[in-house]
Amino acid sequence: MSVDKLRRRKSAPPAKRTPADDRSCPGCQSHYRAEEMRRNLRVCPVCGHHFPVSARERLDQLAEGAEWRELWPELRASDPLQFVDLQPYPDRLERAEAGGLGEAIVCAELTVGGQACIVATMDFGFLGGSMGSVVGEKLARACDRSVERHLPLVIFTASGGARMQEGVLALMQMAKSVVAFEAMQDAELPIVVVLCHPTTGGVWASFAALGDVTYAEPGALIAFSGPRVIEQTTRERLPDDFGRAEVQKANGQVDDVVDRRDLVARISAVLAILGRPAGDTAAPAMAWAQLHAEKARTMAQGLPTLSKRLVSRVLGADEETSPR
Amino acid sequence: MTPRRGGRFVRRLAHRIGGGTPDTASAVWETVQLARHQDRPYPLDYIERLSPQFEELHGDRLYGDDPAIVAGLGRYRDEPVAIIGHQKGRDARDRAYRNFGMPGPEGYRKAMRVMAIADKLNMPVITLIDTPGAFPGAGAEERGQGGAIARSMQVMLRLRVPTVAVVIGEGSSGGALALGVTDRVVMLENATYSVISPEGGAAILWRDAGKARDAAAAFQPTAATCYRWGIADSVVPEPPGGAHKDHDEAARLLDGYLSRVLRELSALSPADRRRQRRERYRRLGAFRELPLTDGAAVAAGRLEPPSRNGTP
Repeated sequence: MSVDKLRRRKSAPPAKRTPADDRSCPGCQSHYRAEEMRRNLRVCPVCGHHFPVSARERLDQLAEGAEWRELWPELRASDPLQFVDLQPYPDRLERAEAGGLGEAIVCAELTVGGQACIVATMDFGFLGGSMGSVVGEKLARACDRSVERHLPLVIFTASGGARMQEGVLALMQMAKSVVAFEAMQDAELPIVVVLCHPTTGGVWASFAALGDVTYAEPGALIAFSGPRVIEQTTRERLPDDFGRAEVQKANGQVDDVVDRRDLVARISAVLAILGRPAGDTAAPAMAWAQLHAEKARTMAQGLPTLSKRLVSRVLGADEETSPR
Repeated sequence: MTPRRGGRFVRRLAHRIGGGTPDTASAVWETVQLARHQDRPYPLDYIERLSPQFEELHGDRLYGDDPAIVAGLGRYRDEPVAIIGHQKGRDARDRAYRNFGMPGPEGYRKAMRVMAIADKLNMPVITLIDTPGAFPGAGAEERGQGGAIARSMQVMLRLRVPTVAVVIGEGSSGGALALGVTDRVVMLENATYSVISPEGGAAILWRDAGKARDAAAAFQPTAATCYRWGIADSVVPEPPGGAHKDHDEAARLLDGYLSRVLRELSALSPADRRRQRRERYRRLGAFRELPLTDGAAVAAGRLEPPSRNGTP
């Protein structure tokens, strides 16, 4: 055995950089008590590292102490494919549900910084925040409820993408979520999307990319394909900050990177700008009717002269030609 | 009635759908292989036969042109149509040029541009889906791959004109669905439609890309599965042995379906088409609704699942 090899063995093992638990900051190694973490909104006050937040805690943060009520908690995933990978899908679901959530998204009607809105929050802790049939259905219902109550919609995303275990039905939830947003389009209601770590795959390639105003939390990974997939497929070496919120802002993919401690203020500020007094809803309908009447006139002018001749024959030539 | 080819096909399909038992792993894998067969007709092969005077359009007018998506204007049955499809290459050079049918954001933006033309000039849109997925690359991400796919779906939902998507080969992930949000979705007999390619799924769920066979069996990406769940409205038969055996016959069989469905769709008003298109996707999904056992917990603002500890 060479001397080098012996020496190398002696110098190992390298210092462990990974923190011992989820209350130690991976950025600066500061350690916090559970209560401190909650009070700091799970942001490290020393270096500003953003820890993941569960859906329920996020809603508590937004509600600032007010009571809120979960909408449609009775919706649960089913197992249409009888899917088994390394373990059966129902077993995975059961373990995830033991954490206290019914699904990877929690919806509620809240007042955020004085602005009433419908909030949908994804939870990465529930099967990687993956989008299955329930997530699609809850999003669709959240949009319908927004329209019904004439409120804006605020969505917090944190997801690895479509839920593999529901197969092609999970893929279709991408289309379903886009359909859901169409209701908001018709009702002329705003959608604010906050991209949290991580927002990837089918979620970023559907509703998460279609908000009217899109914020991202610092350090959030935002990508359609994750860095591991890209490195495996293209053999490119990616920079460490690949797809991070700050980079995606520079790429023009998000409106701003917003610190979690400023989120409530920023969301309520933008909703305040967009707010309209109630009872103002006839104006858009009038504008729409005028626009389409104009369009119909232009198209009628373009109709071939043959049909004009037909019209005159039906109406009688004298009516068409003789001026009265 | 005299037995016809279609009749036999329908019986075979009915057996596979009505049987209720999932296809065996080897049958599914055989379908996956057929869907990716290198001699299988690609969009340009169908276009050549169904719409010979096709004018291909290039470029997204923003950044570049993506050869992985073919888009353009043609005449089909003496009516103008827009045709958009994922194009794979047949030989090594062509395959590299087409990027194996994996589009970047430019491809989807080109598709959206052609859809806008179709909407303006009131001509139906036909999309031909055949991709292993959207291209995973750093450049594609920087230029907004996710947003391009999302917006493509949104544009398709808003079209006034009739739209039909045909899954002609493998339809995997959002890269396929980006061209698949249409009035009618049809799959060829041996086509597949799935949330991810079998290799990708195996790498994620089994942590071993070599388990693609197991993944394919678990995903059941066949036409029969998609038909059963209402994701595919119809299944179009292929020539005996698969579409790669006889391109002319494959195009003829697709032609029969396409002309019928386009006639059917043009009878509807634009508003009806758009409404039905939305409803079609709004319906998709499989979930359970639990009876609410603890009304008090709901009223108090928190609903914890019964007989389980809450969050710490």
